[in-house]
Amino acid sequence: MWQDITLQDVLIVSTLMFFSGVYGFLTRRNLITMLMSVELMLNAVNINFVAFNYFLHPENMHGMFFALFVVVIAAAEASVAIAIIIGIYRRFKSINIEDVSNMKY
Amino acid sequence: MTYSIISIMRQELGLVVIALLVLFFDLVVNEKNKQKVFLIALALFGLHTLAGFFPFEGGNLFGGMYSTQPVHILMKNVLNIGVFLVLLMSASWLKTPQIANKSNEFLMILLTTLSGMYFMISAGDFLMFYIGLEIASIPMAILAAYEKFKSRSEEAGIKFLLNSALSTGFLLFGLSLFYAAAGSIYFDDLTRTLSQPSPLVALALTFLLSGLAFKLSLVPFHFWTADVYEGSPMVVTSYFSVISKGAVAFVLGILLFKVFPVFEGLWQNVIYTLAVATMFLGNLFAIRQKNIKRFLAFSSIAQAGFILLGLLHTDNLGIIVIIYFVLIYILSNLAAFGVAQAVYAASGKENIEDYNGFYKTNPRLALIMMLALFSLSGIPPVAGFFSKFFLFTAAAKAGYYWLVFIAVVNTTIALYYYLLVVKAMFINPNPEPLPTIRSDKYLRSALFITVIGIFLTGILSPVFEYIQAMVDKF
Repeated sequence: MWQDITLQDVLIVSTLMFFSGVYGFLTRRNLITMLMSVELMLNAVNINFVAFNYFLHPENMHGMFFALFVVVIAAAEASVAIAIIIGIYRRFKSINIEDVSNMKY
Repeated sequence: MTYSIISIMRQELGLVVIALLVLFFDLVVNEKNKQKVFLIALALFGLHTLAGFFPFEGGNLFGGMYSTQPVHILMKNVLNIGVFLVLLMSASWLKTPQIANKSNEFLMILLTTLSGMYFMISAGDFLMFYIGLEIASIPMAILAAYEKFKSRSEEAGIKFLLNSALSTGFLLFGLSLFYAAAGSIYFDDLTRTLSQPSPLVALALTFLLSGLAFKLSLVPFHFWTADVYEGSPMVVTSYFSVISKGAVAFVLGILLFKVFPVFEGLWQNVIYTLAVATMFLGNLFAIRQKNIKRFLAFSSIAQAGFILLGLLHTDNLGIIVIIYFVLIYILSNLAAFGVAQAVYAASGKENIEDYNGFYKTNPRLALIMMLALFSLSGIPPVAGFFSKFFLFTAAAKAGYYWLVFIAVVNTTIALYYYLLVVKAMFINPNPEPLPTIRSDKYLRSALFITVIGIFLTGILSPVFEYIQAMVDKF
């Protein structure tokens, strides 16, 4: 069953995930949702790395390692982002980017 | 083996030790001595900067994941000089009551981001490169949001973090495609296996370049820059605009020249377009700015466009002019930020019109600001002229005469808005000019160093020859 899955199938899923992340980042106005969109992009990249490792280059483990490090660093990034978002919520009582943005051209 | 690790990674290890010592002293000293930790950090970092200049051969570590050569050490030394000046300038800001209780954490986070840049510069594979990039950029969001009692600062922090995360996503997508094409993430393997431009490599390079262009705030990806620069504390803004920008420019140079030289035909057009767009938009937007930080932000966007000119000459000369340009850019931009900092610390004002009649009350600060702006725009006696001249020479040698012409046109536009500030300081009348400012000794010594540097780095040829000698060993 799962042996029938080809690299193309996996890449379609990961590309869809990546670009829905980009779309979400550009259209959503809620800071948490924007953060989630970024996480979606990073996880799409992880799928890419693991799939390329499994299908194309099974002789080394570079892709797997890279995916592990991406997960760890994404967690660090999320923790800092959420710390700042909590600070913003305490000050503005909102996490909508329109309410937060005071600086304009 | 252990000793060779220590000697090859001595700069990284030294920096991490200083950062940990700052944290340690912050824990053990009692409340009233906390301010003195700054002096320890400053002295240690000064020693670290000087120690970087001892001649050293370099080597590889961890199976090629980390490699350092004289040219990498030189790049780190240039960044060290900038960070030392930033530390000097931050002294008065760190003493303000709201910051004072967390001033040592600031030093620790600042040094951590610098260590990330070190690893990014010395990376021998994409994993180390990515980790270094993130060590450099995640704590930078904390620095931007450091004045958390100000809403502007928090806004800057979240904007920086989200934009940098987005750009990292693009960059990683590119890296995954490179992995698919080459089957390895080591730079050495990449140069060996990828000898032919293919559509996959072109796509990967597009994603990688757009990710790095975000970090370097090149024009289609520059939207975060002005807001983040305006909202962050002044010290952090100066750090963003010189150190982080310089580090990314170095890394871009290393990647393009040493990893992807075979794809020259692919990326040179991209760099060309980015350079033209960045110079024009940065300069044109800078004209209409009222706030000095936003003004310097757009001026730094335009300067990044000039740096790209050096990337088009794919030879050692390209790297030499980039290092030289960044060194002089660090000195002149930090001089401008130093004066802005002195004004902001004394009066809390940061609009350009507040500078009207500045020469009447603060002749020396006004002269330093003028010198810095002349150096940024490239007027002959000061160093900025020489760095721009060498950049244009490199681009012309590579045959990009039209680009050099566009760059010269942009230098003229830049001169216009730099002179607007000079006019405000010297000519515009003001019934209530700023009071006479007496800044603390750290800021004054930092300004002194930058002024000496602005004069001497251009005129003294040993500086250029030293950079040349270091790069030729690469």
